[in-house]
Amino acid sequence: MRFVEGFKFTRMDSPIHRLDPRAKFILTLGFFAASLMFTNLYALVIIFLAEIPGILLARTVSRWLRSMRGGLFLGFFIFVMNVIFGTPLASSLAFTARFFAIMSAFSFFFMTTSADDLGLALEQIHVPYSISFTFTTAVRLVPTMAIDAQTVVDAQRSRGLELDKGNFIKRIRNYIPILIPLIISAIRRSVELAEALESRAFGATENRTAIVTLKMRPADYLVIFATFAGVALAVYVYWFVKLPTLVIPIEIPRFF
Amino acid sequence: MISVENVSFHYPGGAQVLDEVNLQIKDGEFVAIMGENGAGKTTLVKMFNGLLKPTEGKISVDDVDTREKSVAQLSRDVGLIFQNPDHQLFAETVTEELSFSLRNFGFKEDVVQRRVTSLMNTLDLDRYSNSSPFVLSGGERKRVALAAILAWDPKHVIMDEPTIGQDYLQKDRLRNFIVQLLSQRKTIVIVTHDVEFVAECKPRIVLLSHGRIIGDGTSAKVLTDPALVEKASLVMPQISSLMGTLQDLTPPSDIIDAYSAREFLSTKLKHVVGRKTSQGS
Ligand SMILES: Nc1ncnc2c1ncn2[C@@H]1O[C@H](COP(=O)(O)OP(=O)(O)O)[C@@H](O)[C@H]1O
Ligand SMILES: [Mg+2]
Repeated sequence: MRFVEGFKFTRMDSPIHRLDPRAKFILTLGFFAASLMFTNLYALVIIFLAEIPGILLARTVSRWLRSMRGGLFLGFFIFVMNVIFGTPLASSLAFTARFFAIMSAFSFFFMTTSADDLGLALEQIHVPYSISFTFTTAVRLVPTMAIDAQTVVDAQRSRGLELDKGNFIKRIRNYIPILIPLIISAIRRSVELAEALESRAFGATENRTAIVTLKMRPADYLVIFATFAGVALAVYVYWFVKLPTLVIPIEIPRFF
Repeated sequence: MISVENVSFHYPGGAQVLDEVNLQIKDGEFVAIMGENGAGKTTLVKMFNGLLKPTEGKISVDDVDTREKSVAQLSRDVGLIFQNPDHQLFAETVTEELSFSLRNFGFKEDVVQRRVTSLMNTLDLDRYSNSSPFVLSGGERKRVALAAILAWDPKHVIMDEPTIGQDYLQKDRLRNFIVQLLSQRKTIVIVTHDVEFVAECKPRIVLLSHGRIIGDGTSAKVLTDPALVEKASLVMPQISSLMGTLQDLTPPSDIIDAYSAREFLSTKLKHVVGRKTSQGS
C-alpha cells in the first residue's frame, strides 16, 4: 500500500509546509476546478505540469511518484474503460491525464498539511466542528486503513488468492475478498470510535475555543491571488481560445 | 522442514526488523515463537509462506528457497493463520468461507464438499454452516479462520497469536486440537506471548527480542530462566514463581505446569499429608 504514502503528511520544513492550510486548500481547489473544466489533452497536461513546481518546492517528489505509480493501474483502467465504451483515443488520454492531475493536486495538499492544521483551517472558516472533526479523523485514519488493507491482502494471498490471475473480469472479482473485510472492519471501527467519542463527552459544549489561531502571511495571500489569477486565465482560455486538438488516426473497434 | 539461514529483514524505508536470524524447524515439530510486541514475530512467520522475502539470507521450506515459488504455491504446504480473523472473513456463509481456498487451489468440487463438512464437524462449527461468519462471536470467528486454513490440509501450520480473545475453555480446546494435529505429523508453529498456554503445551520455545533470537530450547528450560524471561518482556509461569518461593523444599528449577508441580509436592509432602490425615481420623 505504498500508494497511500503519497497522501500521508510528514512533518517537514519547506516553504509549502509553512503555508497557511487555507491558502493551500484554495490552491488545490483551483487545480481541481481547472482539471474538471477542460477535456482537452493539451490543457490537462499543462495543468498537470503546473502542479509539479509546488511538489518540488515541498521536497515530496519521491512520495508523490509513489502515489503516481500506485495510481497507474487505476489510470490505465480509466483509459481502457473509456476506449471500450467508445470514447475517442485523444479524449481517453485526456481523462487519464485529468485523473493524474486531480490526484497530484490532492496528493500535494495531504502530503504537506497536517490533520491538525486542516482541522484548524476548517474551524476558522466556520465549518461546524462535527463536520471538521469527521473530515480530519478520516484523514488521520488513512494510514491505519492502508496497513489494514495490506494485512487483508496478505491474509487472502495466504489462502491461495492470486490477484493478477484470470481475465479482466476475473481480476476485478478477485478484489471482492479484499474489499469486504476492509469495509466490514471500517464499519466496526467507526462504530467503536463513535462510542468512544460519546463516552468522552463529544459535543458537550456548543462553542469550542482554540489555543492556536491561524494567521495569513504575505506568501499566503500571494498563493491565493495566484490561484485566482490562474483560474481566471483557465476560464478565459476555455471560452475564448481555440485549443489545438490531438487527432489520433487509429480506428478502435467498438465493443458495445 | 522450515529453515531460516542468516536472515535479516527491513521493511522498505524502515529500520531493521530481523537481524541475522537462524532457525531450523523440523517436520512434525511443535515450536512457539515468543517475544515482546514489535519483536518481529509476525514478520518472521510471514516469510514462511513467502509473503515477505528476506532482505538478506535465505529461507527454505522443504529444501526449496521461498524466492523461487509464489505465495500461492508455498501456501499449499505452509498454512498461515493470521491473528485477526476479521482480516480475512468475507463470504456469505461459513461453508463458502471454508470452500474459498480449496477452490483457489483447484480442488475438485466433491473433495471441497467432503473436506468442508468433515472440518466443520471437527471444529464444532456445523451448527453455523449456513450462518454469515460476521454474526459469530470473536472466538467462533477465530475458529472459522483456523478451519479456513486447515481445510486444504497444509503440512506446516503457523498460527499468529491463536489464544488472543479466547476464553479458557476455547484455549483448552485449541490445545487438544494442536495435539491432534501433531499426531498427524504436522509441523505446528505458534506465535504467542501467552506464557500460561505455552507452559501447558510445552513446545520448543524460540525467544525473539528486537529481531534477534535470544533463547531457544524446551519450555521448561526457557521459561524458568529468569534472565531470558525478563529480557523478552515475559513473566514466568505462575507455577514456576510459586516453586521459586518454596526454596526450603529444594524443588527442581524446571517445573512449569500444575501436573509436575503436584507430582513433586506429593512426594515431598507425603509425610506431612499422611500425618495430617492420621491425626484427623
Ligand atoms: N508493513 C510494515 N511496514 C513497516 N514496518 C512494519 C510493518 N509491519 C511491521 N512493521 C514494524 O516491524 C516491527 C516488527 O513488527 P511485527 O513483526 O509485527 O512484531 P510482532 O509480531 O513481534 O509484534 C515493528 O517495529 C513494526 O512497527
Ligand atoms: Mg504480531
